Amino acid sequence: MTDLLYSDVEESLRSSVRGALGRVTDSARVAALYDDPDADTSAVWSAVAGDLGLAGLLVPGEWGGVGAGAREVAVVLEELGRTVAPVPFLESAVIATTALLELESDVVASLADGGQRGVLVLPWSARAGAWTATEGGAVTPVAGALGADLFLVPTLVGGTVQLVLHESATVDPITSLDMSRPLAAVTPTGEGRVLAKGDAAVAAVDAALAAGAALLASEQVGLAQWCLETTVEYAKTRVQFARPIGSFQAIKHRLADLYLEVAQAQAAARYAADTLATGDADAPVAQAVAQSYCSDVAVHAAEEALQLHGGIGMTWEHAIHLYLKRAKSDQLALGTPAAHRADLAGLVDLPQH
Amino acid sequence: MTDVRAEVAALLARFDLETVDPVEFLGARFDAGLAWVHFPVGRGGLDRPRDEQQVVEQLLAEAGAPAPDLGRNSIGIGMAAPTLIAFGTPEQQDRYLRPLFTCEEIWCQLFSEPGAGSDLAGVATKAVLDGDTWIVNGQKVWTSGAQNAQRAILVARTDPTVVKHAGLSYFVVDMADPGVDVRPLRQITGEAEFNEVFLNDVRVPDADRVGAVGAGWRVATTTLNNERVAIGSGAEREAGQIGIVTERWRNDPSVRSSAEHDRLMSWWVETEVTRLAGERLRQQLAVGQPGPESSAMKLAFAQQAQQISGFALELDPDAGLQYDDWTMVRTVSASFLGRGPGFRYLRAKGNSIEGGTSEIMRNVVSERVLGLPADHRPDKGVPFNEVPR
Repeated sequence: MTDLLYSDVEESLRSSVRGALGRVTDSARVAALYDDPDADTSAVWSAVAGDLGLAGLLVPGEWGGVGAGAREVAVVLEELGRTVAPVPFLESAVIATTALLELESDVVASLADGGQRGVLVLPWSARAGAWTATEGGAVTPVAGALGADLFLVPTLVGGTVQLVLHESATVDPITSLDMSRPLAAVTPTGEGRVLAKGDAAVAAVDAALAAGAALLASEQVGLAQWCLETTVEYAKTRVQFARPIGSFQAIKHRLADLYLEVAQAQAAARYAADTLATGDADAPVAQAVAQSYCSDVAVHAAEEALQLHGGIGMTWEHAIHLYLKRAKSDQLALGTPAAHRADLAGLVDLPQH
Repeated sequence: MTDVRAEVAALLARFDLETVDPVEFLGARFDAGLAWVHFPVGRGGLDRPRDEQQVVEQLLAEAGAPAPDLGRNSIGIGMAAPTLIAFGTPEQQDRYLRPLFTCEEIWCQLFSEPGAGSDLAGVATKAVLDGDTWIVNGQKVWTSGAQNAQRAILVARTDPTVVKHAGLSYFVVDMADPGVDVRPLRQITGEAEFNEVFLNDVRVPDADRVGAVGAGWRVATTTLNNERVAIGSGAEREAGQIGIVTERWRNDPSVRSSAEHDRLMSWWVETEVTRLAGERLRQQLAVGQPGPESSAMKLAFAQQAQQISGFALELDPDAGLQYDDWTMVRTVSASFLGRGPGFRYLRAKGNSIEGGTSEIMRNVVSERVLGLPADHRPDKGVPFNEVPR
């Protein structure tokens, strides 16, 4: 059976990432992005991609990467979710990187050291097997495009899908529900270089989206854990009717249910990461299960956090709204839960009709 | 270092599985240390990590070897055994574990009472020491399989003058004692799976006390944590109620509809993540005892069993309107899945009550896993015999 726990190396990685994130981001800086989308977040990328070298986690050593795997990436994403960090790690170091690795393209070396950022130019709601290559014009809404250097554009040319690398594009920011992962309308410019055509191009895009979906689950787990832990602490200290509110069953039973959801989400995300890392034949099922489940758990965790904090939870001042906005956006990203359940039905032979 | 695979192979090599007597095989399995590999050598185990038990179970199942009848002896195998290993004397372990595993001795649980269900520490059944024998009087209820059992685990009050948790002790009871009166308790399924058990001057030797006098609550907690693991477990994908529904869906297109499809897939996902979380918990528990986290698994299991068994009726309304048999029978081998869809729906209602209600599970998770403060308890710090009731 798959290892669903965390190794000592993974825990050590977690501790490094948590320490680094604590120095470069916090909820006040994330909240500021809603009023000033141009606020400088480059320190977060530098810390994660440059100082810690995490942009190359998935990339083999010969291309300048670390040669780790999806399990380690998942741990990084848990920490990024826990802080709603404004950093396009999933977009560049997972999704764009996976597409290039799938094509064995040496372009991946320029992403591995964090010096450049890549983006797969598809709507952020796309999922493996359910996306459309552009025939020209703007692609929208794309995550990870603002500040990107390399644009991987699935393009339809004469009825055939090509994956075209553009080094420039017109990127128009979009006011986003989650401004910590800002979206944009992207219109590639210049000729571009064809990296792959036909089945190879489609396979590379599908693999990238599948990896993204599998590992997004870990970001959602980290986010949900923050919501649960923060709310448990609040329930222990907030006093009403001369008692901590956490002593009321009306409160504690909701938190027990949320604990169960988060524990299950964690197991599902670990399974998705491990099967992705090992190329297990069950990986597509694991991804669909993880996305169907973890997406809703993250949203529910943020919604419960808000409600159980009472009035303060509804304010701009408290960090919960940042988590709710990320959680709801994450639920829609890379395939909705219902879409992943539809995929799952095909994988486990439970047809709709 | 012992390799459990080699031990299993050596055991299997000694028997012709076509003809072997199950009791003889299970006895040999116990003696080979393959009953519970994490138990001590000589007591059914090999002092191996707990997770190796799964390897043993899988190899034996693949070979088609006789297995202990969990339907009849889940209390013995799942609860009494781990409790005896944790708290029993060497004599108790030598006397009870082997016949328990071979199912020569079936066990039942004398815990709940009419006045002490969720508030289990409030049991009123008394045990009074007379020389080296305890005299037990009281009434127990919801006792599965008591009519088939040779042994029982019992929680009784040995000191009513202290707070409720401190005045309990834990015993092994011989069900053949003339003071034990077992009466069937008919349930909503029509069957009597449970019983009420009246204890009238039942004599229990002090040698059959498990743990110290007054330590019964701590011992019982071990039993209950194991019960929750036993109830909440299911190692295979599509095990239990979901498997019945998916098999029907695959084989019978007439039950399929778009409206029900996403519900089906949602339940598929729910049961799968519970399976994964249970597996993750087992990996964490590779060494050590089940903790309060298992309560969350039991909570999930109960919700799913109830919802999915209800969903199964809706999939086939004409069949769902019927019931297989209301005849009162006393259950021999208990199974949540053993009969028709109507039985499964009704029986599943017990899943959120037996082994601790879902509300108590939420208390356990919130207080003992999350560390939330305890609810207001008027009996806190009050001797048991001064609590109004």
